[in-house]
Formats: sequence, structure tokens, C-alpha cells
Amino acid sequence: MWANINILWEAPGFLVDLLANGLLIGSIFALAAFGMALVWGVMNIINIVQGEYVMLGGFVTFYLVQAGIPPLFGVPVAAAVLFILGWGMYRVVIHRVVDKDMFISILATFGISILLAQLTNELFGSDVRTVEAGLDTLQFLDGMVSISEIKLLAFVLTLTIGLTLWLFLKRSRLGQAIRATAQNPRAARILGIDTDRVFAATYALNAALCGAAGALVVMAWAIHPYIGLPYTVRSFMIVVTAGLGNIGGVVVAGLGLGALENLAGFVLGAEFQIAFVFTLMVVILVLRNLLLRRQRKYLK
Amino acid sequence: MNRRLALYGAAALVSLAAPHLLPNYVSQLSMLWVMILFALTWDILGGQMGYNSFGNIVFFGVGAYACAVIQRDAGLAYFPGLFLGLAVAAVLATLIAAILGSGILGLRGHYFAIGTLGLGIAAGELASGWDYIGAGSGLVPPLYPGELGGRELFFYYLFMVLAVVTFVTLRRLYAGRFGLCLNAIRDDEDKAEAMGLPTTRIKTLAWCVAAFFLGLTGAGMGNLLGFIDPRDVAFAGPTFGVWMVLMAILGGKGTLWGPVLGAVVFHVTQELFWTYLLGWQRVALGLLIVGIVVFFPQGILGWAREHWPERFGHRVEEKAS
Amino acid sequence: MQTKPVWVKSLSGLFLGLGLAMTAPLQAAETITLGAAVSLTGKYSTAGNHTKKGYDLAVKLINDGGGVNVGGKKYQIAVKYYDDESTPARGAQLAERLIKQDGVKFLLGPYSSGLTKAIAPVTEKYGVPMVEANGASRSLFNKGYRYLFAVLSTSEQYLQSAVDLVAEVAKSNGRPLSSVKVAGVFENDPFSQDIRAGVIDDISRLGLKLVIDDKLPPDLNDMAATLTKVKALKPDLLVVSGHSKGATLAIRQLSEMKVNVPMLAMTHCESAKIHKTFPGKSDYTLCATQWAETMSYRDDVFGSAGDFAKTFEAAYDYVPPYQAAESSAAVLVFADAFTRAGSFDPVKVRDALAATDMQTFYGFVKFDATGKNIAKPMALRQIQGGKYVVVAPVDKAAGELQHPIPTWDKR
Repeated sequence: MWANINILWEAPGFLVDLLANGLLIGSIFALAAFGMALVWGVMNIINIVQGEYVMLGGFVTFYLVQAGIPPLFGVPVAAAVLFILGWGMYRVVIHRVVDKDMFISILATFGISILLAQLTNELFGSDVRTVEAGLDTLQFLDGMVSISEIKLLAFVLTLTIGLTLWLFLKRSRLGQAIRATAQNPRAARILGIDTDRVFAATYALNAALCGAAGALVVMAWAIHPYIGLPYTVRSFMIVVTAGLGNIGGVVVAGLGLGALENLAGFVLGAEFQIAFVFTLMVVILVLRNLLLRRQRKYLK
Repeated sequence: MNRRLALYGAAALVSLAAPHLLPNYVSQLSMLWVMILFALTWDILGGQMGYNSFGNIVFFGVGAYACAVIQRDAGLAYFPGLFLGLAVAAVLATLIAAILGSGILGLRGHYFAIGTLGLGIAAGELASGWDYIGAGSGLVPPLYPGELGGRELFFYYLFMVLAVVTFVTLRRLYAGRFGLCLNAIRDDEDKAEAMGLPTTRIKTLAWCVAAFFLGLTGAGMGNLLGFIDPRDVAFAGPTFGVWMVLMAILGGKGTLWGPVLGAVVFHVTQELFWTYLLGWQRVALGLLIVGIVVFFPQGILGWAREHWPERFGHRVEEKAS
Repeated sequence: MQTKPVWVKSLSGLFLGLGLAMTAPLQAAETITLGAAVSLTGKYSTAGNHTKKGYDLAVKLINDGGGVNVGGKKYQIAVKYYDDESTPARGAQLAERLIKQDGVKFLLGPYSSGLTKAIAPVTEKYGVPMVEANGASRSLFNKGYRYLFAVLSTSEQYLQSAVDLVAEVAKSNGRPLSSVKVAGVFENDPFSQDIRAGVIDDISRLGLKLVIDDKLPPDLNDMAATLTKVKALKPDLLVVSGHSKGATLAIRQLSEMKVNVPMLAMTHCESAKIHKTFPGKSDYTLCATQWAETMSYRDDVFGSAGDFAKTFEAAYDYVPPYQAAESSAAVLVFADAFTRAGSFDPVKVRDALAATDMQTFYGFVKFDATGKNIAKPMALRQIQGGKYVVVAPVDKAAGELQHPIPTWDKR
């Protein structure tokens, strides 16, 4: 561990490299987490299928490229396909658990996530798949810092989508309906808002965002049918740290998670990278709760 | 009352005789007891106290490792080593529950669920980074010394005794003041606290009870399987960790028999899927889970209670036809 | 009079179902059934499927050729499969199930060392011979198992020739061996950790220096942190072992982060198909392989190594990775042992297996007292222009080693 810290001390360029790459990685996490914040805030559902939507977005992109379509089109197409899938999923399963205990929805979505992962495995096989986006890498500081353009693209895309989402929620008619439903579904219904449609739209939007993230994952790393769970859990963490429905917070938390994870992997060794992240999450939760405890409140 | 006695007697008789009636299925039957233990211990918090934990698997894993390490390093013969290992596993698991409890159990609702989920994953990752316990290569407990088939019977009865002891203990606990305290916390923690219940202490104690029995289960399970993998066996959150929740819900959480019933139904169903749906069994399992929680959120017992309330001692007014 | 509650009825129905499930007969006349738990779902399912196809293909060819001759009678072979879901918790139970409930007397191995570790104690206990083709961990062969036989080379040999190569290159350049730096990235699972143990042994035997020793969690989908370390420490050899995902990620991120290493060696190149996914970028990579279709081994069932590759490709539409080849070989070894034993008595078959000394398309098979195959070396292939060329061992080499790997700005 000290040897690793020493490397960073002697050549701070690598620290920049780690942090920069970590931030870019984090932006993809944040993209997948937007939807979770939305679904959690509006529908009071913790959506465990999150990671599987990311995975499916990757598969859509992979097969598009196989069909000869340029990889970057994968982002919108994956989003569109996943939007439809999300809408369907809402109609078939999710709408039955919307007003139930949150724990029920956790388990229901967990079931869907097993189902989707295993179906993908049976239908397409479990090969590790990746797509070459054909983009290059930018180099700085004598090659010490290297930033791949695909991750840069992901970063820009996440910020743009975050901003659009924020504007959409603030300004558009549907966005306002979504916010109204989040605050008080019953009152929204009384005012003539079709909450069922709002829920369906929210859920489908979430799937679409995950799909876009998945398209980026397959271009930046690799996917296989069982890749989902870590993305779900990271989305969790980001949303928990950021707070519900807080788009800006999700971006910050996502970027922070990426950078911290990368740094921890370097300093502690890769074997403790995931352990560190989760321990951190538990510690953050407990600490936040303890602080609230003083005012006789707790995390809600 | 007599009917109840007859029921318990029959259950005991079937349990004692099962490994001799179905000698080829002893391992699966032992697993059935493990599943029952999973569901029963999860229900202490999840059902009775309203704290949905995804992290109980931590105690199971700690138990599995503690026992195997004692067996490996204590230099004792097989049985003394195993029993010392079981004892250490139980104590260590309980201790960890007590330490973690004060922090984690302050979380409520879904934050508790997520916090414990994180705990489970972190534990698995930490275990697989620690060379002393075999890191990612896992740990192999010593081989059972006795003759062929003796091992299965031994562990079958071990788990059976463990499950029965757990059941009886929980029955006594639930029937007394402790059970009422748990239910009070489930129904309204703030009010319970306002009434002067030491909620933190009660919650931690409840978790310790679960950890004690889960630690023992884990210790036995490591030996039954013969191979401890950090993520796939000891801290198997996505499988064992979630199954324990499902089984309790399937049977009916917050009841004594519900988890037992849920475990039996779930285990048998899963074994059948596994035999007849090569490769597709997990798809079927996913469908089953969705089906259970969407259509059976109150569980088998809850459903039965709704349909035949008089059997559960509830009085119902006859509906005018 | 009270009727039984419905749940009692439905429960007894379930038990009845279970009872029916138990009595399913398995062995038809004139057929010998082998049992196998393989990973059809879960993280090893790619390789598990190669394994199953390898078994199936060998069984099909043997049966088409009339079956196995045992004691003057021809028997067809059948395989009873279960899916172990890539988890050891299932593997051990399934082995018991195959042996006790399905009455299987011979087992083919699962995929991966972890699963084999979980199953071996079970087969040992019941005295069921198991020929396995995908559990390479050394720790399988120091437990005194008598019923376990492995047709493949054990894991410490996987990357040994790569470590030897880097030492040779340094020697010929006049560099002291103690200045040669090796970086290792190993997935944190039994197989890769065993490879790691082998690599570390070789490094200390030759007196090289291990500068990075990272264990990648199987759930991790990113090597950026480790590769930054590689960039900083500039090792002479980078060793990667992490099944298909590890191989894919390594090439992807090495090229993306422009990390320059003079020599790169890994496992699972073929099953990850890196030569196809990353044309050009995967060049110069050294790949450990148990078997290559260009090798000169042959047998009566499949013909030459090249014939096996053709038969396999005709049947399954892709070039067989070595996982499939070794699995087919395991079936051949069983068939041979049955014939020599002249019976299906497990003890006799076990003794016949121990005395195996044969050539298959996959290589020579001869077991030592611990049950591992000592007659077949590992090979190291380098990807050159998108093709796999054997570069080590020297007597099997089909081409020259290209060294060092040019830096990314020159490729």
C-alpha cells in the first residue's frame, strides 16, 4: 500500500490520471443512477433491474454493430429499445407493485433481474462482448495521463442528459406531472393527472437512461449477461448519497464514486476495490444517520 | 391442543425417519433444514421486528469461516475440532452482530435494507482478499473421518437439532415480553421508544439471536459442502441471502410456521426446477419470485388466514347471503 | 369430521411430485451413463458450454462408430448433465445427486478448478472415478485423491513458458535477471489464484522481481487502476489471468490507455476471441493453451488435431477452444479405460485409468500417482497478424517469437 502511495507521491501525473479516469468512469455510473433516483423518488420503488437494463442496452448496441450500424448510434437506439421494454415491464409487472410496501417491489424487481439475466444467457450465450467505437485516446503529460475519447463522450453525454432531465422536470408538462405525482400521488390524481401514465413514463424513461449507459459500457469496457448487479448496487449507492430526486447530487455522487473507486483500487490493490466502495457506503449511511440521530430524526 | 400435539409428534417422527426412508436424499434433506434455519432466523428481524435485512448472510459466512479455521489450525481431532469450531462460530457471529448492530440498526426502512446489502457484499469481498482464510481460492474443511454415508446422517441430525432448537427458542421468545417488544418496534418504533422501551438494545439483541443460530448454520454448512468459497458459499448474498427473505415471505412473514412452510415449499420447488429444467431453472426461479411477491405478498399462511380465518382462531361474522 | 386443510393437501402433492422425481429410471440397456455437472448458467457458462460440447461431440463420434467395446459387447455412451450454475455450493450437491440418485458410476469433470475442488471429495468418498478436463489447480493433486484423473496440464505450467521466455530474452540482452520486472493481474478465483501461485514460483526460481500482484474481483468490470500502476512501474512482462472477461478487458484497456509493455501473456485468449474482437490490437499477445489444432497428435476416433477442429466446427460452427478439445479427450480416456478394464466395475475402471498410456488428438495421456497428466506440455501461442502461432515449447514451435511489442504510437 505504501509503495503505491509512494508512486503517486513521486509522479503526481498518475494521480491526475487516476482521478480523471475515475471521474469519467463515474459519469457512466451517474447516467445509470439518474433513472433510479427518478423511479425511487416518484414511484417509491427501488429498481433492482437497473443493472440488467444497462446490460441489455449493451447487447442492443452489440447487435446493432454486428448488423453494420456505426457504434455511436447504439446510444439512442439502445435508449429507444429499452424505453419500450421499460414501458412493457411497467404494464406487466411494475404497476402491480407500485402502491405496495417498498420491500415487495425490491423483491419483485430482483426476480425480474434474475429472469432477464438468465434469459439473455439462454438466448444469446454468455460470451463476453465488447464493441470498438473507433475513437482514439488523448494523451497528456508525456503519456502519464491518457483519456479515451469514448469516456469523454460519456462524460459530456451524462452532463447533457442530466441538464436536459432537469429542464424537462422543471419546464415540460409531463415533467411537472411527474413532480406533482412524486409529491402526492393522490392529490395529483384528484387534479386530473393520469398517474398511471406518469408512472409508466417515469419507469420507461429510467430504462431508456440505463440503456444509453449500457451502450457506453459496451464501448468502454465489456458486457456479459451477469454484469448487471454491480451497476445496480452502484446506482443505489449514488442515489443514497445524493438523496432522492436530486439530479445534480447524482452527478456529483457518481463522479465522486468513480474517482474514489479508482483511487482505492490503485492504493489498496484491486482485490479491495469493491470492498472499499461498499464499506464506504455503509459508513456513509451510518454516519449520516448518527448525525440526524442527534436531532432525534433518522434517514427517510 | 391435542391436534397440535399430534401435529408436532408427526413432524418429529417424519423428521427422524426421513433420512432412513429416503437414504439417497440425505444431503438435500439436510439442505432443507438449512433453508428452514435461514427463513426462521431472517424472520426474527424481517417478520417480527419489521427490519428487512439483506445482510444476515454475513453471520452465516463468519460462522463458516470461523469453524473451518478452527478445524484447520487448532490441531484437534475431527469431532473436538468441529464442536470447538461450532462454538467459536456462534460466539464470533453473535459478537459481530452486537458490534455492527448499534450502528446499522439505527437505520430504518429501506436504508436498513441497503445498508445491510452493502455489508453483505463488503464482507464477501473482504474475505476474498484475506490470504489467511484462503482469499479467492476458498477453504476446504477437513474430511469427515467416519464411514461412507455417516457424514450425511451426522449433518442431517446436526441441522435438524439446530433447526428444532431454533424453532423452540423463537417460540418461547415470541410468546413472551421480548416478542411483544419486537412487534411494538415493527408497528411503531417511535411510539415504542416513547413508551420507554430500550429499542436499540432490543433490536441488537434480536440480531444477536439471529446471528447466533446463523453462525452455527454456517459452521455446519461449510462442512456439509466441503468447500468454502468467499462469494459463492460463505457470503452468497444473491443466492442464500435473498432466498432467506423469499422463503419467509412465501410462507408468511411474522408467523412462526410461515418461514418453515415457505422454506419447505421453496426448496422442493427449486429442486424440481433444477432436475427438470436444465439451464432454464433460473428463469423459472425468476418468474416464481415475481409471481410470489406480486400475487402472494402476504404469503401462504397470510393467504390461508384470509380464506379460513376461523382456523386461526379469528371470529368472523357470517356474511349475509 | 374435518377435512384436511388445503395446504396440507398441496404439500403432500408436492412431496408426491418429489417422490415421482426420484424414481425416474436412467439406464437403458446397453448404455453406459456418465454423469457431469457443468456450468450452463452463471459466470462460467461460456466455458461450461465449450465443455459440454466437447463431451457431446466425443460421445457422438464414439457412438456413431459403434460404441465402446467392453468385455466383448458394444455399449453406447450417454451423459447425464446437471447445471451447477457456476457455484461450488451446487457442484458438490449435484455430484452426490448424480451418484446416489441417478446411480451414475463414472463422472466427467465440471468446468473450473473451484467446481472440481468441490466435487472431488464427493467422488473420492463414493469411489467413483472422475476424469476431468477443466480443473487445473495444483491443490487438487496434493490431497491424495485416488479416483481423480486430469487430462490437462496443471495450472502452474500455464504461464511458466512466458516467464521463462522473458528471462531468456533478458539473458540474451545481457541484463541481470534480478532487474527483470513482472506484473501480475489475476482474477480472485481458485483457478487464477493457482496460476498466480505458479507464476510466483517461477519468478522466485529464476530470481525475477514481482512488482504488481493484483487480485481482480470477479464482479469488477474495470482494470484502469491496475493498468495505471503498470504504466507507472513499467514491467518487462505483464501476466493477466481472468477467464474471458479478464482477457477482453486487458486488451481493451491496454490499447485505450496506451499502456506499453514489452511482453504480454494471458490465458483464455481463444475463448474470449480477442483476435477477432480486437484485430491488430491483440497482436503480439502470448496466449497459454492446453492444445492447438496445428499440433501433430492423432487418434482413431477423431483423427488428427486438425481433423478434430474441422469436425467440431462443422458441428457447432466455431473453432474449438482448447476447453472443448480437452473435454473430448476426457471422454476418449474413459472409453479407452472401459475397454481395457473389460467391465464397468468402478475399481477395475479406476485401475485401468491409472494405467492409461495413450495418444489422443489432444496429446499424450499418462497419469502419475496423483492423477495428473504428465505426458503433455502446455503450449504458448503468440497472436501474429490475427493468427495464433505456437512459439513455445521450442520443439512444437511453428514460428519465431516477436519481441518486444512495439509501443502503441508505432502500431
